[in-house]
Amino acid sequence: MEGLISLAVKAIFVENLALSFFLGMCTFIAVSKKIETAIGLGISVTVVQAITVPANNLILNTLLKPGALSWAGFGDVDLTFLGLISYIGVIAAIVQILEMVLDKYFPPLYNALGIFLPLITVNCAILGGSLFMVERDYTFPEAATYGLSSGLGWALAITAMAGVREKLKYSDIPDGLQGLGITFITAGLMAMGFMSFSGVKL
Amino acid sequence: MGMLRDFFDKFEPSFLKGGRYEKYFPLYEMIESLALTPRTVTTVAPHARSFVDMKRIMTYVVISTIPCILMALYNTGYQANGAIMALGPDSATGWRAWLVAKSGLPFDPGNPFSNLFFGALYFLPIYIVTLAIGGIWECLFAVVRGHEVNEGFLVTSMLFVLILPASTPLWQVALGISFGVVLGKEVFGGTGKNFLNPALVGRAFLYFAYPANMSGDTVWTPVDGFSGATALGITAAEGPQALANHGISWWDAFFGLIQGSLGETSTLACLLGLVFLLATRIANWRLIVGCLGGMIGFSLLLNLIGSDTNPMFAMPWYWHLVLGGYAFGLVFMVTEPVSASQTNVGRYVYGALIGFMVVMIRVINPAFPEGMMLAILFGNIFAPLIDFFVIKANIARRAKRNA
Repeated sequence: MEGLISLAVKAIFVENLALSFFLGMCTFIAVSKKIETAIGLGISVTVVQAITVPANNLILNTLLKPGALSWAGFGDVDLTFLGLISYIGVIAAIVQILEMVLDKYFPPLYNALGIFLPLITVNCAILGGSLFMVERDYTFPEAATYGLSSGLGWALAITAMAGVREKLKYSDIPDGLQGLGITFITAGLMAMGFMSFSGVKL
Repeated sequence: MGMLRDFFDKFEPSFLKGGRYEKYFPLYEMIESLALTPRTVTTVAPHARSFVDMKRIMTYVVISTIPCILMALYNTGYQANGAIMALGPDSATGWRAWLVAKSGLPFDPGNPFSNLFFGALYFLPIYIVTLAIGGIWECLFAVVRGHEVNEGFLVTSMLFVLILPASTPLWQVALGISFGVVLGKEVFGGTGKNFLNPALVGRAFLYFAYPANMSGDTVWTPVDGFSGATALGITAAEGPQALANHGISWWDAFFGLIQGSLGETSTLACLLGLVFLLATRIANWRLIVGCLGGMIGFSLLLNLIGSDTNPMFAMPWYWHLVLGGYAFGLVFMVTEPVSASQTNVGRYVYGALIGFMVVMIRVINPAFPEGMMLAILFGNIFAPLIDFFVIKANIARRAKRNA
């Protein structure tokens, strides 16, 4: 239990997907203009992440790993080369379901997210979460914790970013830097603030 | 005054629109508002007569740092003289020591004149470089972008100098203030439009780019071969009770005769500045209360939890208060109105977040013995979000009341 809590804290703050690995930058920068939308996207990413990482963990452990198929009589088959495509498949399916759910029950959020909702499929933070899970050899409970908390960390980062950007609406930014330029600088400066956690050993 | 006004009136037309030096109006305006009063006046109603303009606020903050500046001079000289006394007169090398020797002052930490003079020889070059390089950037942006040179730079440069170690190489000072002024402030449009504290941005940049010159045991006292850990370095390694073995009492730390960055060692000097800032209402007391509350609350909690392996858990709050940059950051940086939260409830939360973070970094993060700089930057990032939620809650409450 204690291990899981420290894994969660680590995934949210120390190894924040957005601000220390710089994953999921396209959506991080594109959908952080308004706080409400950013919170909505953050929740969607968290939900997708919390489902896909453990789901991919199950696929890895029951289908793909060398020896994982022994229950079906194929003891020595190694299907890990199918890893990437199966993870992406799972992610795409879950995003599709999420899209339908949002369309049905939360139409304002669905409209606000627009094209970026289907684009969660190719959000590097989502696939990154699954790949970190494979690389670090997480067990199922660890994968579930990691999925949820890394999604929360990303949501926290994009919400803070949106807050800063709403404040920057009142700034007087030089012409050449308006839009993307200043957003990248902002993300970099925010990452400096998140350095407070780098080095925390849990 | 009249003579001065006439003097400016003579030159003014050539700087106004259509004049020969139209482009350099911001520079003219800077000198004029330094000598007389700023020309920004409200043209549309409602009007309220008040003398507190940007120039006065910034000047007050600079005045409030005077105790810290004096302690910076005294303590830097005190530490350097002490080191030379301990290592022998051969260690007194460099042009500063040569000047001190020439002036006939002894290398004796008991001699306050020697301390002040020696300290000034370290403080002034850093300050002059900061003013010159940062000033060039300010003027450049002002001329090109056509906004005025703001007095806020005087505050930024002073705070930046006071949080540097005395032995910082001057080229790093120049680099740090350039980063702080340009990327911390000017790319957002100048004073009041940034979201992080520019002085801290510059300091953090130096800290991560040149860790060897910004942390460790040899940088705090600028004498070659002398090694002295900061009080927080000692507690991080050996626990708070080890401070007594190193001859550091709570009162030493309170008065500031310990190792540390130039102006941040003395809690007493910071408190004097705080009294001034609170009396003039420049600093908001809610930020101070929040930050103290967060720090005291979380350190008491950690005392209660305790740890067998990490002696920092046992550090009491009154030590957190006097060591490192806590007091300096609390007085001059947490209270900075631009980067802090701007709602009253938000100010408590923002302060508490910083207080919590500083203890968290000092105690739980082994990578950094000192946490105030990063804690404030972290707070700055979340300040707009805190305001957002406070305002949201307020709207919801009113909607409910009027429903």
